[in-house]
Formats: sequence, structure tokens, C-alpha cells
Amino acid sequence: MALHFSKYLKQKMGYLGMINLRSWSCCFYQKQPYLSRRFESFKADKQLGSLHNGGDPQVMNFPGGIVKFTPELKFLSDTPEERIHCYRVLDDSGQPVSSNFVQIDKDIAVKMYKDMVTLQTMDTIFYDAQRQGRISFYVTAIGEEAINIGSAAALGMDDLVFPQYREAGVLLWRGFTLQDFANQCFGNKGDNGKGRQMPAHYGSNKHNYITIASTVATQIPHAVGAAYSLKMDGREACTITYFGDGGTSTGDFHAGLNFAAVMEAPVILFCRNNGWAISTPVSDQFRSDGIVVRGQAYGVRSIRVDGNDALAVFTAVHVARKMAISECRPVLIEALTYRAGHHSTSDDSSKYRPIEEIEWWRATQDPVARFRKWLEGQGWWTTPSEIELRDHARREVLHAIQVAETVEKPSLKEIFTDVYDVPPSNLCDQEKSLRKTVERHPQDYPHFLF
Amino acid sequence: MWLCSPLIHSYSSTSLSSRHRPNRHNPPPSPPPHPLTPPPRSSFSVKVACLIDLSSNLEVHCIERKTSFFFIHCDGSLTSGLNLRNSRSARLSTNAVATKQDNVTASTASKPGVTNVDETPPSKPIGNILEALREGLEEEMERDPRVCVMGEDVGHYGGSYKVTKGLATKYGDLRVLDTPIAENSFTGMAIGAAMTGLRPIVEGMNMGFLLLAFNQISNNCGMLHYTSGGQFKIPIVIRGPGGVGRQLGAEHSQRLESYFQSIPGIQMVACSTPYNAKGLMKAAIRSDNPVILFEHVLLYNLKERIPDEEYVLNLEEAEMVRPGEHVTILTYSRMRYHVMQAAKTLVNKGYDPEVIDIRSLKPFDLYTIGNSVKKTHRVVIVEECMRTGGIGASLTASINENFHDYLDAPIVCLSSQDVPTPYAGTLEEWTVVQPAQIVAAVEQLCR
Repeated sequence: MALHFSKYLKQKMGYLGMINLRSWSCCFYQKQPYLSRRFESFKADKQLGSLHNGGDPQVMNFPGGIVKFTPELKFLSDTPEERIHCYRVLDDSGQPVSSNFVQIDKDIAVKMYKDMVTLQTMDTIFYDAQRQGRISFYVTAIGEEAINIGSAAALGMDDLVFPQYREAGVLLWRGFTLQDFANQCFGNKGDNGKGRQMPAHYGSNKHNYITIASTVATQIPHAVGAAYSLKMDGREACTITYFGDGGTSTGDFHAGLNFAAVMEAPVILFCRNNGWAISTPVSDQFRSDGIVVRGQAYGVRSIRVDGNDALAVFTAVHVARKMAISECRPVLIEALTYRAGHHSTSDDSSKYRPIEEIEWWRATQDPVARFRKWLEGQGWWTTPSEIELRDHARREVLHAIQVAETVEKPSLKEIFTDVYDVPPSNLCDQEKSLRKTVERHPQDYPHFLF
Repeated sequence: MWLCSPLIHSYSSTSLSSRHRPNRHNPPPSPPPHPLTPPPRSSFSVKVACLIDLSSNLEVHCIERKTSFFFIHCDGSLTSGLNLRNSRSARLSTNAVATKQDNVTASTASKPGVTNVDETPPSKPIGNILEALREGLEEEMERDPRVCVMGEDVGHYGGSYKVTKGLATKYGDLRVLDTPIAENSFTGMAIGAAMTGLRPIVEGMNMGFLLLAFNQISNNCGMLHYTSGGQFKIPIVIRGPGGVGRQLGAEHSQRLESYFQSIPGIQMVACSTPYNAKGLMKAAIRSDNPVILFEHVLLYNLKERIPDEEYVLNLEEAEMVRPGEHVTILTYSRMRYHVMQAAKTLVNKGYDPEVIDIRSLKPFDLYTIGNSVKKTHRVVIVEECMRTGGIGASLTASINENFHDYLDAPIVCLSSQDVPTPYAGTLEEWTVVQPAQIVAAVEQLCR
């Protein structure tokens, strides 16, 4: 790179040793596409004087663009006087306090609510199932139902989702059935992942939902790469990736955001700032004003929304998606919320945070309740419907678990398939060897068949 | 223990079209033979009856030796390895270029890494590994619009080693993408793009930098096809120059093949000549699995004649560089040239070494290697990896496990010292295996 610049430098050096400002700006003006870095003719910039005048002493055309000089010695503050404001549509009692939101019709609104309730029910029952020893692990999204369903409803089916692990609701919205969820958690033959991943690590190419990996924030560069692929294809779709406040500390977050901005990739970067990364509160995670301010640092448009307000989340994602696709740019959304449940079934959050805090958020800031109040206000929902829905959801989830428990596990040969497109000889040998062992000692492998 | 009728392998120089199985692309033109190669034998193929393994009661396999590369599959069927599906290259020639047998091209000079071009008529193109890689890349980009390249300085600048020179001008900067400096993330980007249908090639400016990409390579690239139950595939190629160069310093002299070899789900190949560089590059791009292609910094300027017609090599196959009788020398990448230089000395001393460039580092081509071991009964492995945990260590274990009864002596593995590569030229030279050491090892072994 340096070689390239110095070649330009030599050609442009003027009489006084000052660089011809116009050609520099052509070379380094960031917003122009790649082709602008070609060699351009000498032309004095009309704002800046010619070489011999010395130009305007107030500005300098450094690599990166024109910068104004200042005689003041002033450091930018580390903390703003006021935190960036948070966009919200509904108040705590479900009353609209904004007129600036995307209207949704009754069908979508009711489906949203039903899915939020289903998600909540599914999370509660699956969590209990883990506690009973029926599944080995589970991750809940309690407190983040509005984020899950609100964002999912604003996307199209062609938009690719790159989740972290707290976004089962997005898959639910897209049509993954309760039985599918149960099958994956039990790792049985019905699991389209063939029992390969941990419970709650869903994936479905049919629903454009990329299989979850346990690694934190690795999906952010994936989403950027997929957006780049969509851009190359010229498709009317974007990608969305979800991550938590903890995930923003990783190297992949930084580079992913940077790349997205430089590549002008149509990706929505959705941060679920729920205040906790296992036991690490945000005050120990970063010292910036949340995640939204980082967008500007990378040259990415960003917004902060109330994550417990389904309408606000819906509107933000809807508009962001339009921006991403039509303007081919990344958008960062920070949804402020609270992780009302534990990090996962391997965690007991009362050990590091006061139970009153958890209870307060659960009771007063429940996104499902807030949305219900708005629905009732619209005349689209009633108490009998509520009872019926909850009952139905509960029965469905329990039924799904019962069925999933009885379905047999994948055959042992699935250990060796899909490592490559076709199993190579060494894996075939290993499979043979295992098969032989199982045949010789069937009493040690009662449940497993090939 | 293996009981088998004698396996004679040959290089058929005539058309093999009559013996082709359906869905099998025509074999590539055979590589130009080495000057030390004995004259080509007459072409024939031998049907081997059965290989019966008595000790572990494996099923009886019937092997038919038709071409130089095939694999026995666990269900008893024979295929051409993992590249089964590549039957669409209609432009491949049916003749395994008979005329090329007479041309002697690549020859080792006294200085490793430098090749003298001979005086045969200049009608066939001569290129170095750089050009071979670029040709392979360009042909694949032409053929499939989904192929794209990403890496640092690959676009406008043409790559720090100029492998992608001219491609950005031709295909645009979206297909030859310059990335910011974050290996983990642009590898992640490539994985995401691959899952969505593109076929990206990630260039590490130096293989050592890909250590930063280890998380994405191991946890996502190698795993996502498996953990998603086969729903998402990752047809990515990761390539870059590695190995010990000339005074590049410890951080730029890494041998990543040792670190990556355990990752399940990836394939690794190492190229060593312009001929195999182009063929392997094309095969890697066409493969649906993630493939890591290891190039060597010092071999980029190595010149050889590259065949005109299109050819794709098999990713899992080793290359017989010099058939012999006394000892099998297994090597790959730059050490091939040290070995060939040592071979010259050995031939003068009356030995007949068989030199195999293993090429496929994961999985090993145990078929070719096994046949060689059964013939010579002595093995020397010459590698550039470090002593501990390198490719040689794995290969030693593999050969011992599979072919123990055929060995007359313990396997000798010559590797680099377990030290960071020093800068000083004299020191650096002796951290890697030199031809003199190879000669001494063979003499010791063949005593």
C-alpha cells in the first residue's frame, strides 16, 4: 500500500513540495467507489487555492478528507452530557406516545402477540424441562420477546438471519414449528441438524436462519459476507445479525462493523443490550454510551430503541431494512432491554444481581404485557382470547416435548456424515471400526443402532 | 496384515477414454516427468483380485486399477475421491498428452527454489507458480461468476505476491475485494458469503496471519456443514504463502499445516510446481468442502511448462515424482526440491530413491504411499514443519499404524528444529532440512 501512495506522491509533488490538493482528494475521497483511485488529471480545487497561493490556511487535505484546523486545545469528552435518546412508541401502559411509527394491521399485530406469548410459554416450559433432566441445556429469551418478534415481523423471508442464541422467536415467526424446536432440543431423528448441535442452537436453511454456533459474535462477519453476496447478486434482501452487549467487545464486532461500512454491505446489525453478559454488567463491559455511539465511530448509521416496545422495534427494523437495501449501507440498531431470565440453564443470576431487580423488570417492564395492552386498546384482543391462547400454547409445547422424547435418536452413522460432502476413506475406516465395536458389544450400546 | 497380489502401477500415456467410468472427468495431462525419471513404461493396467485384511476382518475389497487415482470407499464402491461431481469440464482433453512425455522440463538446479528452463521449442507456455495460480484463479473466475477473491491488498494492488494481479481490473472490485486488516473477520465474511452461495477464495498475505483466523476456520468453517446437519455448505478456499523464506523473521516463517491438520471438516493441500499449483487451485475452487491451499514463499518464481488444455487435479492424490526401489522419500512443498537435489547425489552414489510429493496433507493419500512402502520397505519423511506435532509426525503415525508389517526399519522423519525461525541467514538455513542431511539419512537407512 505504501508503495502505491509514494508513487502517487512523487508524481504530484509540486514546486513548494506541497501536494496538489485536488488530486489527493480524488485519490482519497472515501465515498467514491474504487475506480476513483485511478490517476486523475491535475486540476486545482476551486475552494482551495493553487500551489503558489498556499491555499486556505484553515484547512488541510489530509488522507481521508479535508479537515479544518483549530487553535483551541480541546479534547472530545469521554462521556456525553446526555446519553443518546431512546426511540419509543408505547409507554409502560401500552399507550402510544409517538405518532412517528409504522402502522401495522390487525393480522400482523395479532400474529406478533401470539408468537410473543408462544415464545414466552415455550421458554418457560423448556427451561423447566431442562431442570427436570429431560433436555441437557436451554437458553431463554425472557424479557426480549419484543426484540425477537418485533424485528422478525419487519423482515422479509428472503432476508438472511445470523443469530447469536437468544433469537428463537425470529425462527418461530418464520414458521419453525414447536415440534421442530423440541426435536432440536432433544437431538432426535426429527432434528434437521441431525443431533449435531447443542439444544437451542437452531438452524434452518428453509427459513433462511443460519445455524447457531456457540462462539460469540462470529456471526457478525458472516452476516457482512452474506450481505456482500446479496449485493453482488443485486437481490432485494438484506441480512440481519443479532448479538448482545457482551458480543460488542469482541474483535469480530469491531471488524465486522468496519467491514460493513467500507464494503457498503446491506446488513442490519442488531444489538440486544440487555445489561448483562453472564455475570458481567455493562459497566464492566464497556465505558462508552452503549453501542449506538459506536456506529458513528465506524461511519455506520445507528439508532437506539426501547427493546421492550414491540412497535418501536418493528418500526426501527422496517426503516433500517429499507435503508440497507435501497442505499446499500449497514445500519446499527441498539435495543435497550433487560435479560429477565438467567444467561442459560447453566447459570443462576441471583448470585450476581439482586432478585428485586430481576423481579421489577419482569413485573413492570414485560414486553408481552405492554403489547397486549396496546392490542386491547386497539380492540383487537380480549381476555378470553388471552386465556385460550395461553392454554393452547402450553398444551402445544407440552405435547411437542412428549412427542420429541419418544422419537429415536439419529443413527450412529450420522457421526461421520456431513463432515465433508462425501466421507473420505479415513472416516469410513473409523465408522467401520465403530460399527464393529457396537456389534461385538451390543450390551454396552443398547440404545444405539446404525 | 494385508494379503494382496502384486500391484503394479503404471503411467498410462495413451487415451484412457475407453476405460472411463461414467461421471468421471477425464484425467489431466500427466505431469512432465523429472529428468531423473526412468523412461516411461508401456501402458497397461492390472486388475488386482482382492485385498484381504486378515487381522481386522474387514470386508473384502476388490480394486480395479484403472487410472492413477482412485479411492476405495467404505461401502466397497470405487470412486475418484471427493471430486466425484466434477463431470462438467467438457473441455478436458481425452489424451493424456503423450507427446509431453518426451519433454523434460522442471529440473532442479544447484540452488533450491530456482529452476533452469531448458532449450525445447517455446511453443508451449512456460510459467512460474505465481502465474500458474493466477491462471487457475482466472479460469475459474471466468467459468463461474460466483467465484470471488478477498484479502488484504488483493484488488487494486494485485496482491502482495501479485497472484491476483490484473484480476480486479478485469472483474471489478466487488469480485476481487480489498479488505481491512482483520483476518478473523474477513475469513468470517468469506464463510458467510459461502453459505449464501458464493465461492470465495480468501488470501492470507502470509499463512502466519491466518493464525488470527483460527477461530473462524476451526469453529465455523470446519464445523458449520456438520452442525447444521448438511444444510449449509462452505465451498471456501483459503490460500496463501507460508513456510520458511529467506530471512523473513520468525513471525513470517510459520508452517500452519501443523496447526490446522486436526481441524475436522477441512481439507489441506500443498502445491509445489506450477503444474500442480494450477491443478490444485482449480480443484480446490470446485470442491464443495473448505480447502486450505498451502503455497510456499520461495517457490513462487519456479518455472515450468504448464499444459495448454484445461486440467484439474485430484485433491486427495499424491504425486510420484521419481519412482525407485530402495527407499521411499515422502515430502511436500519446498522440501521436494531439497529432496530432488539429494536424490541426484544419491543416484550418483548408487541408490534408487522413490520420491513422492504427498500434496494432500489432509487426508493423506495412503494408497500411493502404501504401495510405495510395500515396494521399498523403508521410509524417510522430509518436511518443513517442526519436529513436534507436524505433518511428518502424523504421517509417521499413520504409516506405522497401517503398514507396520512392510517396514524393514523405523521411519525416519526429518523436520525443522523446534525453534522460532531466526533471522540470520546462516542460522535460518540450518533450522530447515538440507539436502546433505537427507543424503546422510538415506545412507544410514539403506545400510
